[in-house]
Amino acid sequence: MSLSKADVEKVASLARLKLTDEELSTMTRQLDQVIQYVQQLEELDTSGVQPMAHTADLANVFADDLLRASLPRDAALANAPKRDDECYLVPPVLGD
Amino acid sequence: MSLIDSPATELLQLLKSAEVTAVEVTQAYLDQIARYDGRVKSFLSVGSERALEQAATIDQRRGRGEPLGELAGLPVAVKDVLCTDGWVTSCGSKMLADFVPPYDATVIARLKAADAILIGKTNMDEFAMGGSTENSAFFPTTNPWDVSCTPGGSSGGAAACVAASMAPLSIGSDTGGSIRQPAGFCGVTGLKPTYGRVSRYGLIAFASSLDQVGPLASTAEDAALLLRTIAGHDPLDSTSAPVDQPDYLANIDQPLDGLRLGLVREHFGPGLDDEVGAAVGQAIKEFESRGARVQEISLPHSKYAIATYYVIAPCEASSNLARYDGVHYGYRTDEAAMLADLAEERKQLAAAGDEAGLANLDSPLMRLYRLSRSEGFGPEVKRRIMLGAYALSAGYKDAYYVKALKVRRLIRNDYDAAFRDVDLIVGPTTPTVAFGLGEMVDDPLAMYLQDLYTVSANLAGIAGISVPCGMTSTGLPVGLQLQAPPFQEERLLRAAHMFQQATDWHTKRPTLAAETP
Amino acid sequence: MTNTAYETIIGLEVHVQLQTNTKLFCRCSTSFGAEPNTQTCPVCIGMPGSLPVMNRQAYALGLKTAVALNCQIPEFTKWDRKQYFYPDLPKGYQISQFDLPMSEHGWLEISDPKGAFETKKIGITRAHLEDDAGKSMHDEAAGRSDSRIDLNRTGTPLLEIVSDPDLRSADEARAYLSELKLLLTYLGVSDCNMQEGSLRVDANINLHIAQGERTAATPIVEVKNMNSFRAVERALRFEANRQFESWQANPVELGSPGGHKTTRGWDDQMQITRIQREKEESSDYRYFPDPDLLPVTATEADVASVRGALGELPAALRVTLAKKYGIDAYDADVLVNQGRPLVAYFEELAAACDDGRRASNWVQQDVLRLLNEMDATIDQFPVTAAALGELLKFIAAGDIDNTRAKDVLQEMIDAQSSAAEAMAKLGIEKVDASDLESLCRELLAANPAVVADLKEGKMKAVGALIGQAKKQNPNVNPAQIKSICIELVKQL
Repeated sequence: MSLSKADVEKVASLARLKLTDEELSTMTRQLDQVIQYVQQLEELDTSGVQPMAHTADLANVFADDLLRASLPRDAALANAPKRDDECYLVPPVLGD
Repeated sequence: MSLIDSPATELLQLLKSAEVTAVEVTQAYLDQIARYDGRVKSFLSVGSERALEQAATIDQRRGRGEPLGELAGLPVAVKDVLCTDGWVTSCGSKMLADFVPPYDATVIARLKAADAILIGKTNMDEFAMGGSTENSAFFPTTNPWDVSCTPGGSSGGAAACVAASMAPLSIGSDTGGSIRQPAGFCGVTGLKPTYGRVSRYGLIAFASSLDQVGPLASTAEDAALLLRTIAGHDPLDSTSAPVDQPDYLANIDQPLDGLRLGLVREHFGPGLDDEVGAAVGQAIKEFESRGARVQEISLPHSKYAIATYYVIAPCEASSNLARYDGVHYGYRTDEAAMLADLAEERKQLAAAGDEAGLANLDSPLMRLYRLSRSEGFGPEVKRRIMLGAYALSAGYKDAYYVKALKVRRLIRNDYDAAFRDVDLIVGPTTPTVAFGLGEMVDDPLAMYLQDLYTVSANLAGIAGISVPCGMTSTGLPVGLQLQAPPFQEERLLRAAHMFQQATDWHTKRPTLAAETP
Repeated sequence: MTNTAYETIIGLEVHVQLQTNTKLFCRCSTSFGAEPNTQTCPVCIGMPGSLPVMNRQAYALGLKTAVALNCQIPEFTKWDRKQYFYPDLPKGYQISQFDLPMSEHGWLEISDPKGAFETKKIGITRAHLEDDAGKSMHDEAAGRSDSRIDLNRTGTPLLEIVSDPDLRSADEARAYLSELKLLLTYLGVSDCNMQEGSLRVDANINLHIAQGERTAATPIVEVKNMNSFRAVERALRFEANRQFESWQANPVELGSPGGHKTTRGWDDQMQITRIQREKEESSDYRYFPDPDLLPVTATEADVASVRGALGELPAALRVTLAKKYGIDAYDADVLVNQGRPLVAYFEELAAACDDGRRASNWVQQDVLRLLNEMDATIDQFPVTAAALGELLKFIAAGDIDNTRAKDVLQEMIDAQSSAAEAMAKLGIEKVDASDLESLCRELLAANPAVVADLKEGKMKAVGALIGQAKKQNPNVNPAQIKSICIELVKQL
């Protein structure tokens, strides 16, 4: 399997990145190289092997439903690139 | 021996007995930073004023006989991947260049509670992605042993500042070798604890199931001292292990009798530098002369570790880094210019009668996302985001992501089997010593292959340490890696200490040149 | 409508906000209506370095609901990231459940007392936990060019309950929603307030149209923006008609070119559905297990203990009430549908007056009417079940008739008094039996025409005497007047 520029462009859109034509070429070449390398995993027979998403052998970790102080609004909004007194601001959200 | 060349454990004794003050210690390190960091560039920001203020307060409290924390008066440098309340935490990225967290990471809170002095935030590869610190959005850090070489990464600043005696202790993070590899390159001791040993709360995530915070120091004993403060269960991190916390220092002087060391056959194959191989061989002999029994073991799936890692880590990273979109914090593109460009593009498409082009034209919000992220992230971060988004996308997830998780299980099984026969696994930390700045920037895959010996520990969630074990003919340090079963940091540190009692590689320090004006 | 037969296929996705104090993954408040961005912290803002920790109570409420919906509870469940970009989703992903939800394969029984459809079990595909998004506000009227983002709601625990496509009409969909809401209310897991967004409904609908031997399916439409059960009912009726008309004009089948699933929004003002712009690349959520969260396990014993603590749920309670109090299924349904507190009031009242049917009638006719007038809930009703029971006992004893008793109840409310006090205040006292008889004799003597009628068996004639009796003494019991007069006429 090898990666085409169109594949990379689609992924860039999915990941909300905008690549210049030059970046797109370099990225396609480099990603393809890594993908080719990674395909060596196909050699292994992993049938019957349980996927391992965590190494921590833990389950049922909960916190009690007890209120803690929230951030003061100014502290919450302090890092916002654009805001008013109450909210974060973004270009119009279209649709719903 | 001057203050800055003393191990942290000794400094602590001097502080406790009031032979030196916290202000004197802090000033000594600040002076060293002022003198040499222009060249090494290990710090992104130095908190001179607040460090001295804090030191003065500690001295006063000590003078009044008040109880003090266990690291009282000891400067600690912190990799800029950990959130510090009110202090810019950039993660080495333009994206977070101005980000001031409103909270402390648990590790930072523990350091503060122990009265450690946070002296500065150290440089790193952007979002901890890289092995040379060249991916920092701000500047590369150099290797104190040879400033034309990299210090390794991603905790390059953390390792370099200890090597250059700019801090007695520092905190790094390790996702695929990011503590052990720079420790090896810089000739210091660096420990990656078992996954779950140290809280990740406030650690800016790269790959959540692999990330772990750990200490870098001159000696295993100092690393034990720092680990004792930062480790322990944290209810704010679901993956934090609710296990007993041993006193890593209590028995560190006791040699490990009848230590069984496993030598990984696969780690001595092609690709291993001769000088590194020789130094590691010598170190193993040293262990044998102290009564350790060495036996060859096999980790048959270790050759798949890099491939496995470079699927799982980017997948998690692509998701963890989705939050950087220029909306709630962090970098946002110039909105006015963006809107003007969009208007112009729309005009041109309309003039050309390009209906499809018009329909596909980004909305302002979409364009804001894409530009903010493309301008805020560097090339390596973008590569990994792309890799991860691809590997998780419809039609590929099973072939890449799920497959990698299965191989990860096989890698862990290899370790479980090996640790039935041996107490620790020993080998080189990296295939080569520090490489030259700029040498690998255009070859990501070659850079990834540097992680050959370190990534398995992250995939399996076990502990590992790198200690200096030699020097090459060109005067660069060689790192020896020891790996232990989960939650056996105590054993790891005792073995490392045992080695350091018998050798003096860890005491060697580079000769630094002051910055040329 | 033509004579071509078609069947409407509907599945509902209901999102319910669980009634916890704090959010699903952090300890910020979930209360509604706070000033924007005052209930957030590093975790729900998705700040770098922050980590989620699952709310024990949210999981418990989810499990309780799943068990009550007769779901199978797997031993192992985990949380996944559903990835998409949106300004009210600060992490860039929603924490949800993908391939191993906390519950699957349940059912909810619906019925219609009026008989519009037969009682049937609606399959529950799954019920799983996830975190809510914040709010994006866009107000063009105010001349703002930017959307404003409020993250207070971000991270509120939601239970998504997905039904199988088992519903066959808008009526059934409405019945399903009512029954589900009732169940959730009985369980106390959600306030189900649709205005505040505590309960949200999306519907998937298409038609199966008979085409000779085979059946053709129209493209599935997901209908959104329905803000009341009534809106759901109307939107589904509209959509079924629209799909049928569209099919007749241009028969496009599900899965054929142009036959993919689309999303339409309900416009309540225009009473139509409109096509919605698709969210960009909504199709590729790149689900994968959230590495920051650990799995949750549930043993059979855990599930059994949850099941044991559920209490009697609406379906069972209807049967119990009908049996225990000898009331009609219809009446039991009305009572149960009013919620657990009203049922408790009814049961206390029935015990106090020792007459389930009388209690049922009074609750349905008078208590509910008064509550409606007062715009109050049963907890706020000023007359306790015991006090009302006393009044009903007076009726049973023949001390007072039903009509007068209604006046007494009003007096009890107005003066906050007991039944006896209210009756005294209104001058109602039991009329002595001998007084009654002499009154009846007087009336019969004064009305020979009525006596004649009665002798001929025209029993309705006695009504005139009751009216006159009441004029002379408002406390007389009409039933008693009637029986005494008839008895006296027989003796003549």
